Amino acid sequence: MKYLHLVWASLFRKKTRTILTLVSIIAAFLLFGLLDAVRTSFAQAGQSANGAQRLQTQSRLSFIQPLPQSLGAQIARVPGVAAVTYANWFGGAYQDPRNQVFTFAVADNYLDLFPEIDVSAAERESWLKMRNGALVGERLATRWGWKVGDRIPLQSQIFPDRNGSKNWQFDVAGILRAKDKKTGGFFDQMFLLHWKTFDDTTPYNQGQAGWYVSRLADVNQADDVARAIDALSANSDHETRTQTEQAATASWLKQLADIGLIVGSIMGAVFFTLLLLTGNTMMQAVRERTSELAVLKTIGFSDRSVLAMVLAESILLLVLGGMLGIALAQAVVPLIVAGSGGVLNLPRVGASSWALGLALMLAIGLIVGALPATSAMRLRIVDALAGR
Amino acid sequence: MSELIQIRNVSKVYERGRQRVEVLHHIDLDVEQGDFLALMGPSGSGKTTLLNLIGGLDLPTDGSINVGGQRIDQLAAGPLAKWRAANVGFVFQFYNLMPMLSAQRNVELPLLLTKLSAGERKKRAAIALQLVGLADRASHKPAELSGGQQQRVSIARAIVSDPTLLVCDEPTGDLDRQSAEEVLNLLRALNRDHGKTILMVTHDPKAAEYANHIVQLDKGTLVAGAHAPSTIAAPTAATV
Repeated sequence: MKYLHLVWASLFRKKTRTILTLVSIIAAFLLFGLLDAVRTSFAQAGQSANGAQRLQTQSRLSFIQPLPQSLGAQIARVPGVAAVTYANWFGGAYQDPRNQVFTFAVADNYLDLFPEIDVSAAERESWLKMRNGALVGERLATRWGWKVGDRIPLQSQIFPDRNGSKNWQFDVAGILRAKDKKTGGFFDQMFLLHWKTFDDTTPYNQGQAGWYVSRLADVNQADDVARAIDALSANSDHETRTQTEQAATASWLKQLADIGLIVGSIMGAVFFTLLLLTGNTMMQAVRERTSELAVLKTIGFSDRSVLAMVLAESILLLVLGGMLGIALAQAVVPLIVAGSGGVLNLPRVGASSWALGLALMLAIGLIVGALPATSAMRLRIVDALAGR
Repeated sequence: MSELIQIRNVSKVYERGRQRVEVLHHIDLDVEQGDFLALMGPSGSGKTTLLNLIGGLDLPTDGSINVGGQRIDQLAAGPLAKWRAANVGFVFQFYNLMPMLSAQRNVELPLLLTKLSAGERKKRAAIALQLVGLADRASHKPAELSGGQQQRVSIARAIVSDPTLLVCDEPTGDLDRQSAEEVLNLLRALNRDHGKTILMVTHDPKAAEYANHIVQLDKGTLVAGAHAPSTIAAPTAATV
């Protein structure tokens, strides 16, 4: 600690250069904080205690391939299955095709399998009675200013009605609220309509279900039950794949995009550039201070002390910029969420992101500082003082 | 007076690529405790090399160097660094102060290697600065000081840990006459009043006059070539 003022002073010896390097580090770790929030958001999808009790059955070919409705009754008879429901993807958009709404046509018992979704008994009752009724997630309703009783025009990106029009209309019967905002943020953005209305209205579905959701009697039997469900349609024209909800969500998201790979690739490129940039800064900074380092050695600083001081300088630079960057990301994430009107449901930058960020700062600091620190350690006093 | 430095049969050879340059040839030299010795000679005569060997900045190729009863030519890099910190103060021609630190912080640098508290370090640095007449410049950075003042700060840095030996390489080489005299008077006071043993390399005969003895080097060999300081060169009138 007693060398800290010396390390600090050395770091800011060339203020402009150090500040510019710091800005680059701040930008890199700001990006890290934001992208890690995106990655965490995707990783958390489907992760809940209730989610572990559910299995999702979809076509083995693709999640857009529908399954026969008769399968529902068969699944219900599989030992270990406590309840079954089903849903279809509707592909709704509001006002503009860019305003995607997570719209599902669901069976009437759908909410029985999702106790983590809160809806008042009266509103649910009302929904069951309304042919064009819809249950709307709280965030979605807030974003568009919808309230119970409003008539909402939605355009399906996939399904037309029997007249060929893709414009549908639904009446808001109630508001859905996720009980756990951390893992259930998605529920707050859902738009649920009656599967029966959907199936009756579009000529394209013809009694088929997009996927089935089963609740397990015993979580420990998940693998056996999943195998038994898939065995029901083995060697048929609608073979299925049954997975836990978490695995199914991950698989579904992967079909959209491998977020982990994308985030990893972007961060890899950013940190590689940062490595070159800060590495160059540190090499330059140490090269300029050759005679000063030689003086430190002359007055008795050991080779190891000099090595440690240059490494500390490099780590301090990274930690300073990195901390500011992640702190900035922490401040910006809620603004992005608010600005998106609830469409983006990013978690706040959490302890795991801070820990990973700190580990990256230390690792990059060490890598970047290793070469100049070793050069400084190996510096021969007489050569350095003579300017050789 | 007892001998502080004993140099026996010291040679130094530098190898630059395939070239082998013998800078010092079989040097024998004794320096008494409390002496003020000037090392003179033409460029390339080996003055700075000899000074570096005595100060423990480099090791001889052959021979032995004994300073204060310690064979410093046998010390490894780590112990040699500790020995330098405890026993030698260095003054350079171009001051070699840390530009980003204040005079006070520059003077404190050698004390960072001790177990002294921050308060004690500050106090001792203030005393050293007072001794060189720069107490009122403690918060100034080197760029805010004149050349003579910077050299006095570097002398304060050299004496702050109270070493026995001061090694000065052309301490007035970059100074005007008046500043040079101030620095030389300071060195003489440190020698006379505080008992510091001083070895000073200089080209300047006027600077050498401040020393008690003068040793001449030429092509890596002592011109007088004797062990006893009194027989190396006669004290000059200026030093008496």
